[in-house]
Amino acid sequence: MVSVLDRKLLRDLMRLKAQSLTIALVVAVGVANYITLRSAWRALGDSRAAYYEQYRFADVFTRLKRAPDSIADRVHDISGVASVYPRIVEEVLLPIEGMLTPAHGQIVSLPSQGWPPLNDVLVKSGRFPEAGRSNEVLVYEPFAKEHDLVPGSTIPAVLNGKLHELIVVGLALSPEYVFAIEPGGVSSDDERFAPMWMSKSAIAAAFQMEGAFNDLVLRLEPGADEAAVLIAVDRILAPYGGLGAFGRDIQISSSILDGEIAQIEAMVLFLPAVFLAVAAFLLNVVFSRMVALQRGQIAVIKAVGYGNLTIGFHYLKMVCIIVVLGSALGVGLGAWLADAMLDLYAGFFRLPMTRGRIDLPVAINAVIASFAAAVLGVGFALRSAMALPPAEAMRPPSPTRYRASPVERFAGLRRLRQTTMMVFREIWRRPLRTVLSSAGIAFALAIIILGRFGKDAHGPILELQFGRQQREDISVSFSTEVDQRSLGYLEHLPGVDQVDGFRATPVRFRSGARWRDSILVGLPPDSHLRRLFNRKFRPARIPQSGILITDVLADILGAKPGDLIEVELKEGDRGTREVRISGTIDEAFGLQGYMQKAGLHELLREKPTVNTALLRVDPQWEAELHARLIDIPAVQSIHRKRTLLEKFEEQTGRTMQVITLILTLFATAIAVAVVYNNARVSLSVRSRDLATLRVLGFSRAEVSAILLGEQAIQVILGIPVGMVLGTWGAKALLELQADPEQFRMPMLISPRTYAFSAVVVLAAAVLSALLVRRRIDALDLVGVLKTRE
Amino acid sequence: MPQPSPDRPRVPILGAENVTKVYRMGDVDVHALRGVTVPLYEGELMVLLGPSGSGKSTLLNILGALDVPSSGRVHYRNEDIAAADERALTRFRREHVGFVFQFYNLVPSLTARENVALVTEISKNPLNPGDALELVGLTDRMDHFPAQLSGGEQQRVAIARAVAKQPEILLCDEPTGALDFKTGIRVLEVIDEVNRSLGTTTAVITHHAPIASMADRIVSLSDGMVASDHTNDIKVSPAELTW
Repeated sequence: MVSVLDRKLLRDLMRLKAQSLTIALVVAVGVANYITLRSAWRALGDSRAAYYEQYRFADVFTRLKRAPDSIADRVHDISGVASVYPRIVEEVLLPIEGMLTPAHGQIVSLPSQGWPPLNDVLVKSGRFPEAGRSNEVLVYEPFAKEHDLVPGSTIPAVLNGKLHELIVVGLALSPEYVFAIEPGGVSSDDERFAPMWMSKSAIAAAFQMEGAFNDLVLRLEPGADEAAVLIAVDRILAPYGGLGAFGRDIQISSSILDGEIAQIEAMVLFLPAVFLAVAAFLLNVVFSRMVALQRGQIAVIKAVGYGNLTIGFHYLKMVCIIVVLGSALGVGLGAWLADAMLDLYAGFFRLPMTRGRIDLPVAINAVIASFAAAVLGVGFALRSAMALPPAEAMRPPSPTRYRASPVERFAGLRRLRQTTMMVFREIWRRPLRTVLSSAGIAFALAIIILGRFGKDAHGPILELQFGRQQREDISVSFSTEVDQRSLGYLEHLPGVDQVDGFRATPVRFRSGARWRDSILVGLPPDSHLRRLFNRKFRPARIPQSGILITDVLADILGAKPGDLIEVELKEGDRGTREVRISGTIDEAFGLQGYMQKAGLHELLREKPTVNTALLRVDPQWEAELHARLIDIPAVQSIHRKRTLLEKFEEQTGRTMQVITLILTLFATAIAVAVVYNNARVSLSVRSRDLATLRVLGFSRAEVSAILLGEQAIQVILGIPVGMVLGTWGAKALLELQADPEQFRMPMLISPRTYAFSAVVVLAAAVLSALLVRRRIDALDLVGVLKTRE
Repeated sequence: MPQPSPDRPRVPILGAENVTKVYRMGDVDVHALRGVTVPLYEGELMVLLGPSGSGKSTLLNILGALDVPSSGRVHYRNEDIAAADERALTRFRREHVGFVFQFYNLVPSLTARENVALVTEISKNPLNPGDALELVGLTDRMDHFPAQLSGGEQQRVAIARAVAKQPEILLCDEPTGALDFKTGIRVLEVIDEVNRSLGTTTAVITHHAPIASMADRIVSLSDGMVASDHTNDIKVSPAELTW
């Protein structure tokens, strides 16, 4: 049996259905956001922890030229090292039929017996290569799927200059390739990059590495001093061509995954809090008005003997229905979105994801939080309903006191039209509501900017990197430095229009106690295909003598132009040379240094060599050219610029579209709810004024302009604030996202993004205003005037 | 100043001709007006008498273009405004009619002067808002907000607002309904003053028969029909009214 009060409640709710629904939607989006982000954060974080633990992901990594196996024991003796695992890792070309440029493989050795003690391999199908079988490999599962490889398939591979036919015996994943990106790559590319695993004896035979290793991974004891271990490892491996040890924080796959998880963590409280705050505010606006309108009813209900608590509970129930509706929608939406988000991640991060059904405690937390927000929002209105003495409630409320604001006198507002003055005074009377409404709009807009800005920086970065700086069509890197004269050979290959080459060498830059491992690039003075630009697109020249270094590196070293720094070579005689900094360059990537190619040769005390060739080619001849390049034994990898670009655009484009769509919908929910509810309440409060104006001869449009003018001002105030908020948020997200030593994404938000976000918010506001406008047109002039306020 | 006189044919400025109005209230039809013909002659002060429910407010609303009749004609000079669209009705109200209501209906966020200026801003040939307020004796209260004024003062602001655009027609619906006797008389004096000094054709609705004594013409409505329509031969000033 439904009580009479409950029946009133249901009817009141039906009357307020549009308003209740818009608020419930904002609650739903808040709850959904929390569940989505929290579930994704947990699933990624837990999966990462479990995967790294179970598959014994290393703590420290280092590459070197070649060291005898016995050296690994010396590393093991370093205090704090729990275990070491020496491996052979080699880059290979995979000239797969049908691909214009060969794919790149990174072959990692497997112990001849048992599992790898560190960086274990998760075999998804098939089996481990058998010891003694020199042509069996495990292939990275996503790559295999791209190329329809299954256990039993064969794959061509150029090992140390010789073409082999390898047999795929299994498909695998590994914690070191959760995000697989090839050395020097800009994005993951499952079609073109394949980690592979082979028995150590097979690789050793192919690369003449018997009894030696060129890659070492370590696990540390709990509480070990990582920095000290890194220094000790470098010291031991230096004579063996050690390229510098680094921790998990720099390991490329791990740092990208960490960055993503940190980003979700930053949003997990912020985004839902915005939605719930907006919902609380709107509930406050709507319920304050309802209690004011139902003053007389409250008096009567109290007069016939209902208690204050019953009245309070009555209105609270109404709020609860809205929150329950919103939460239910939100839990459903959240479960769905969490799944979709993890699906999206599964396309980037290859790890066994522990994703159960919806996380119950997470859902419960979200629902509790939305109830708390709602109660906070309506608390004041409920208290006033409960505290109202029945006799007082019978009388009409005392009239609102308007005042002429001091601003009016100073700003010359007195000369405004009276209708404009009405708008101004209404805003002046409720400044907090205006501020909060504008804040709601501002957050909506900021959310759209956060969803879109990532793509804005991509355009200029790509233009800078691939348009201005890298002017070649194809770059060919060699497994070792080759004589400068080989460029002449390349020039005669079919379709090659222009050839350039440069020499790069791994070094440690040092200034006093500060140092960084990076590379030093020697560019020829007349290089056409590789030029330097700073982030502002200004060309930079390489000085005749001395070294040009990235400004971030200069900061790290605490050095400035004119200072001498030390360059510790990791090739040749591995000596240390003093070089003068002749300038700095503000580049987007890396910590590299540049000098004249001849100068670098002098530094290395070597004859003119190159290790990367840059080619400008006639597209007609490309297929034939690639076939010829693969045959050159020293060629380690071939990159086709257009393919890289296309892949990058394709990947970021798709993700960005989905995220933009979702966040735009969310922001629209806020904007619609704020404008619609404010306008409805405002209409309810001012219907009498507006009807009076209509009677006095004001047209519908003029009257609507007064009511909607107020909303318009809130929206217009919110737009610039939202742009500033969005810009701040973007900056904060950027800092979380990228390691500034690797990549300095420029803080760029395009006018298009600002315009898009403003247009979305404005469109949502206009739509809501039009819905309310219909009600203004339908104002009952006579009825309103017949009643006492 | 035009005065109705027996030797000149009187010109109706506004009139209802055979007007009916049927409201649908739930499942029943309510016949508020059943064929009412009432002319309003230029310059006169007409009092429309009748008990509540007699249809007098409905008639006034139709004459003032706040409502449209179910059938019949409403003409302003030679125009039929019963058939006019929403836009034309708004223009008619804006240009020709001033309203005064029982509950004043001032805009609470505007001062007395600003409430008057609200109308003068959209009028072609308005009075100065200060002059309009002077006419109703509120010179010293011009910068007060409605909440700071008494009921009688608020009603006088409403009258000033109604006449400030110098309308041809002033329609007052129970202008003293919410006021005490003394204040009511003061308000009626103002209406009378406006009618005499500005020559504004005025219709006043009331259910208080004594008020009719101040009229040039008295029309009584009963049950949606005109019960009587006669000129008042012994017109008295509002100050002499008693009830």
